[in-house]
Amino acid sequence: MSLQGQLSASISSSSSAFLAPSVFINSSRAVNVSVPSKRLGVCRCVATPTEEVTAYKTTVSRNANIAKLQAGYLFPEIARRRAAHLVKYPDAKVISLGIGDTTEPIPEVITSAMAQRSYALSTVEGYSGYGAEQGERPVRAAIASTFYKDLGIEEDDIFVSDGAKCDISRLQVVFGSDVTVAVQDPSYPAYVDSSVILGQTGLYQKDIQKYANIEYMKCSPENGFFPDLSTVARTDIIFFCSPNNPTGSAATREQLTQLVQFAKDNGSIIVYDSAYAMYMSDDNPRSIFEIPGAKEVALETASFSKYAGFTGVRLGWTVIPKQLLFSDGFPVAKDFNRIVCTCFNGASNISQAGGLACLSPEGLKAMHEVIGFYKENTQIIMETFNSLGFKVYGGTNAPYVWVHFPGQSSWDVFAEILEKTHVVTTPGSGFGPGGEGFIRVSAFGHRENVLEACRRFKQLYK
Amino acid sequence: MVFSYQPTPAHVDMPIHAASTQRRHFSPTSSSSRTIVSATLDLEDKIGAGQCSKVARNVNMENLRGNYLFPEIAMRELEHARRYPNEQLIRLGIGDTTQPIPRTIASAMAEQALALSTDRGYRGYGDEQGNKELRMAIANTMYRDMGLMWEEVFVSDGAQCDISRLQMLLGPRVTVAVPDPSFPAYVDSSIIVGQAGKFEEATGKHQNIVYMKCLPQDNFFPDLTNTPRTDIIFFCSPNNPTGAAATRSQFKRLVDFARSNGSIIVHDAAYSAYISDGSPKSIFEIPGAKEVAIEISSFSKFAGFTGVRLGWTVVPNELTYSSGFPLIKDYNRIVCTCFNGASNIAQAGGLACLSPEGRQALNKLIEFYRGNAEILVDAFQSVGLKAYGGKNSPYAWVHFPGTSSWDIFNKILEKTHIVTVPGVGFGPGGEEYIRVSAFGKKETMLEASERIKTLLYNNLN
Repeated sequence: MSLQGQLSASISSSSSAFLAPSVFINSSRAVNVSVPSKRLGVCRCVATPTEEVTAYKTTVSRNANIAKLQAGYLFPEIARRRAAHLVKYPDAKVISLGIGDTTEPIPEVITSAMAQRSYALSTVEGYSGYGAEQGERPVRAAIASTFYKDLGIEEDDIFVSDGAKCDISRLQVVFGSDVTVAVQDPSYPAYVDSSVILGQTGLYQKDIQKYANIEYMKCSPENGFFPDLSTVARTDIIFFCSPNNPTGSAATREQLTQLVQFAKDNGSIIVYDSAYAMYMSDDNPRSIFEIPGAKEVALETASFSKYAGFTGVRLGWTVIPKQLLFSDGFPVAKDFNRIVCTCFNGASNISQAGGLACLSPEGLKAMHEVIGFYKENTQIIMETFNSLGFKVYGGTNAPYVWVHFPGQSSWDVFAEILEKTHVVTTPGSGFGPGGEGFIRVSAFGHRENVLEACRRFKQLYK
Repeated sequence: MVFSYQPTPAHVDMPIHAASTQRRHFSPTSSSSRTIVSATLDLEDKIGAGQCSKVARNVNMENLRGNYLFPEIAMRELEHARRYPNEQLIRLGIGDTTQPIPRTIASAMAEQALALSTDRGYRGYGDEQGNKELRMAIANTMYRDMGLMWEEVFVSDGAQCDISRLQMLLGPRVTVAVPDPSFPAYVDSSIIVGQAGKFEEATGKHQNIVYMKCLPQDNFFPDLTNTPRTDIIFFCSPNNPTGAAATRSQFKRLVDFARSNGSIIVHDAAYSAYISDGSPKSIFEIPGAKEVAIEISSFSKFAGFTGVRLGWTVVPNELTYSSGFPLIKDYNRIVCTCFNGASNIAQAGGLACLSPEGRQALNKLIEFYRGNAEILVDAFQSVGLKAYGGKNSPYAWVHFPGTSSWDIFNKILEKTHIVTVPGVGFGPGGEEYIRVSAFGKKETMLEASERIKTLLYNNLN
């Protein structure tokens, strides 16, 4: 690949903050550009005219909040490393157990519904324009009755979206810059990153790998991956994900009751991420709303991504009970609704048609089968690392295996595994300092790839 | 933009926890009340009943006045339909496309959906910036010969969403100018992010926003000589709601203005496909624009994708902050962190839209809607009103001198059962105007035209 081609690929999903100067290569103007010094060394401008020409700059200041971010978002960074590895070893059969990207085809009952909706849009009777920003009624009703039956959650408490990641940011926009936030440590990076972007945090503290003003609730094997709430400071918002990405840990009814009580005592709002609830094998709560009193302290976000392979189709939802109120009594749902109407315009009608099919009896059965398949993958991976003598966590209730590499830098382990086995994983520290010393292995993959990856792990660690 | 705070249609029946002792209705500035429906309480709900969190409401959200404009219109439409169940309501309010998507495009989406069921065709996460093929097609089709690269194109789920993502990018500290009148998302997103400052009842404006008045005598182009510097300048051509398309020389003035002020233009080109008089379809047709402008656009009004959800934003590599840091890097970071790409099925549709066959079919649709707008403009003109639009847009922008636009909206709705949008919903500069959207069947336009000519004429005279 030519230098031009390599660098022009930098602003794709494999880009990271480290490739800033490359964008100037794409510029049709050859100029000397002043580049922040930490990015030098990656590349420079191609041509230098004889006289000094300074590139035009606007006088608009960069958003200081975004400047606080340390690097690219975690998963594009993993993708970038994968791409770089492929360049280095073009013939290697790289296996991706890094980014939690679904691999198995979507069941036909679901895709045929989406195809039908697509065709319908080309007919007079079937055409629809703008949908309700909150989602199509039948979809909202189906979500309410499938996941929240008998929990006192109604159709109009459900907001259909283009995915949980997007909803997290929309929720942050609702909350604004003046709230304080707690996250599990380790946790899905979007909670922290969106918090930084919204201006809720202070600067990154390199020595402890934490952003000032965020409360990091350590989740480790020692505390059963549930934070010791007696040591947690009060924050306005508490992000909690169960089954957890990346640890795979699922909170018990007792633990969630504690969490709800903690939020009640502190007047906090829990943002409960249940994206992996259907992977639960144990008898743990699937929804926070199974806990009495949760409706006054929690909202819940979820996704079709990992249930239906909708990672590219884009569909999810957020539940906000009517009882969830700000300190002045104003319902959180009303502000979320305002955001949804102003900053969003609804999930794609075709994706929603797919969502409806997912929740039909046939669709649910098909989703359970695919989930079962990934759970078998998880089992295989767990057994492999167990047999090699590693301490292995997660896996039972989530499609992730959390492997302990005590005393080692997780990026080093990630790099070693990639170099020696051509398997992409995710370093635990990417999820927070509490992830240091761990590797997340995702169980999404074709069976042969998962088996092959496990063979290679056995080779490396025998 | 002051209208009474009422629940949106989806929340009309939203009950408030009846036992809540700290419940309040609305912010004091709201002018309306609303029905509170008490909910039946389960035993578990009574535990800790009436407890609010201790989380303060975001002050920016408090600064929003009432509903977003279009749900407000939808709600009034619903109310009117309930009151007059036997009247044939004509919906020319919300600019919602009505004609079916051309078959060639719909098939491409259906095929992509079915492909997701196959081993070879299955796709998981796409690039957050959009599929490379589509980005290249947009660059080659929409920005041919403008020196823009596919890497500068970010595919999204629509311009309304992109406006907010851009606002998140820019942050609370930038100053903003908007055309007055303009698409309400610019002002509303500005309020939400914390840029706008306090609302002034007397002027109908937010303190920190510069409202660039757009008057018919200047082809609705703002008087830049009287516009103070702001960091960001929102601009929309053809404009929603006035329908005015900036000329090449007007665009050049805007680019020069931005350049001399070190400002960034956010240009909304959502209606550029409707241009029929040779005006520039992209700001990047103007030399130097790449260093001062971002352009957003959408498949919504171009391809009937209002429900499918697809759009894009172009951020040129050359666009930098005062420090020299390229904006594109931060926008990319926002897209990777706060978004996860447009639906792969919608993107397949987008690619089909940009094929020669797709474009041909869509041009017919656009012609159709533009023809509708002309019917409406003619109808209003025939009763002696000054009406603009139609030539370059799917809207008629009608002047009712000396009247409140909400009064006119109500009068038209009562007398002719036609839903429109009051101009003040687009900013104080929209007062005295009504926007009438031209999306609908031909028969609908002709019927509307009839009603305007007979009933409206009779009632205005």
